[in-house]
Amino acid sequence: MSTIIKVEDLKFSYPIDENTYREVLHGLTFEIEKGTFTAVIGHNGSGKSTLAKLLCGMLAPSSGKVSCDCDGKMLSTDIEDNFFEIRKNFGMVFQHPDNQLVATVVEEDVAFAPENMGVEPSEIRKRVDEALSIVGLSEYALHDTHKLSGGQKQRVAIAGILAMLPECIIFDESTAMLDPRGRDEIIATIKKLQKEKDITVILITHYMNEAAQADRIIVVDGGNIIADGTPREVFDKDELLYNAGLEAPQSSNLVKRLKNAGADLSETVLDPTEAASVIMKTIKQ
Amino acid sequence: MLKDVTLGQFFPGKSILHRLDPRIKIISVILFIVAVFTASSAVSYAFLVLLIGLMVAISGISIKTILKSIKPLLIIIIFTAITNIFWTTGDNLLVKWKFITIYAEGVRAAILMVTRLITLITGTFVLLTYTTSPMALTDAIERLTSPLKKLHVPTHEFAMMMTIALRFIPTLIEETDKIISAQKSRGADFETGSLLKRAKAIVPILIPLFISAFRRADELASAMECRLYHGGDGRTKMKVLKLKFLDLAAVLFFIAVIAAVIVINKFLYY
Repeated sequence: MSTIIKVEDLKFSYPIDENTYREVLHGLTFEIEKGTFTAVIGHNGSGKSTLAKLLCGMLAPSSGKVSCDCDGKMLSTDIEDNFFEIRKNFGMVFQHPDNQLVATVVEEDVAFAPENMGVEPSEIRKRVDEALSIVGLSEYALHDTHKLSGGQKQRVAIAGILAMLPECIIFDESTAMLDPRGRDEIIATIKKLQKEKDITVILITHYMNEAAQADRIIVVDGGNIIADGTPREVFDKDELLYNAGLEAPQSSNLVKRLKNAGADLSETVLDPTEAASVIMKTIKQ
Repeated sequence: MLKDVTLGQFFPGKSILHRLDPRIKIISVILFIVAVFTASSAVSYAFLVLLIGLMVAISGISIKTILKSIKPLLIIIIFTAITNIFWTTGDNLLVKWKFITIYAEGVRAAILMVTRLITLITGTFVLLTYTTSPMALTDAIERLTSPLKKLHVPTHEFAMMMTIALRFIPTLIEETDKIISAQKSRGADFETGSLLKRAKAIVPILIPLFISAFRRADELASAMECRLYHGGDGRTKMKVLKLKFLDLAAVLFFIAVIAAVIVINKFLYY
């Protein structure tokens, strides 16, 4: 496994007025492995969206360094000449489905990024068709973008990023505006991308059930990383999560509380099915 | 209520008119407009009306849609007819009653002017807006105006602006509907009162609409940057426009129409 994003002592401040700055990230250090699915969680204002923008080079760090692996070279995001390379390899899907679609027709929108890259027309056609088939919207290629559902719009946005053939996609609360069905559609697509296309996924979210499906969870609170590990490890620290204004998924919480109440449960669970089987096992004993 | 607003409505289809190159369609419309303004005899107008009928039949667009598209311009059409009937003077007096005088020449001018307006409107709609997707249209405008790039006219930027505007019209209409409902639910009254009062009531709709439009614009800009947008330089297109035999035939056809109109004007003047 090689590192795709390397973050070293990353600090970031927003200007409030000419001389005053507010620091929102206070020195983060971590690495993201290629091909993994990482979730970044934190409550509103914890700095997680700022972190997302820093990871794909949309913002440059105030101090510290973010380097992104582009075809074997580690490029730093604070050098303007690297922007094009980095953005080509690190796509980002935003929160609002309506505000990231440029064209009125689905396939035209998906073609937008490769058109900007100056790809040959026949190659663009190929990429667009493939990207739409990955997100399962091939039959919608000629539809109006504004007539699609929220989940479909987000899938078009994902296809638009896929057409750049990126190494890594960052999802900045891309499920926040969607209904439960739309959310499931997006999460299923994300997992498919990671498993089948070997794309590194970073999911910024505040839904614990989504984070539970990642390989690794980074918890951000007040501009610092307060926990980092597998979902099981992170959800085990329920007090820490609670103090950060977060809560582990209901099923993890249930098992944890049963354990605290004296039940003989040793494992941390991630979803209701696991919780049910663990509880059944204990009852049978 | 705002859902009924249609701007540059496009009816997808597979007719010859749909398949023509959008650049050729723009040129054809210009040629057609020239033909309409050249026409001066009643016979040449009849010829153009016949031509429109043919184009409508080919396009497969229903007569009802065409009539609907003329409806908003009814006031202008009636106004044109009235001014022509009452203010044209000539030799053949038809009616003289108190201050109203109508000459045969006035009636003729009114009929011709109305025909001219209607042929202009339907011609442009059938040839261009109804049978060309907005994207194809902006693309064609960008390409047709591309020689102006040498004079530093930002043609790509204009085309991009048009594309984005077209993309966001339905979104912003939806948003306006929501804001109106939200303000109504808090007791705002848009339907009664004097004109001034009603105009004032629009302010609480416009302000949130503008704020949200700016926020959208900001997010869209980030999303476009993320997708490597950097202006028109070095940009390629998925759909390459290629002129076919049909396109050449269309241009020749409309040039022939202008020639026919000139000939009719000269020899069949009525």
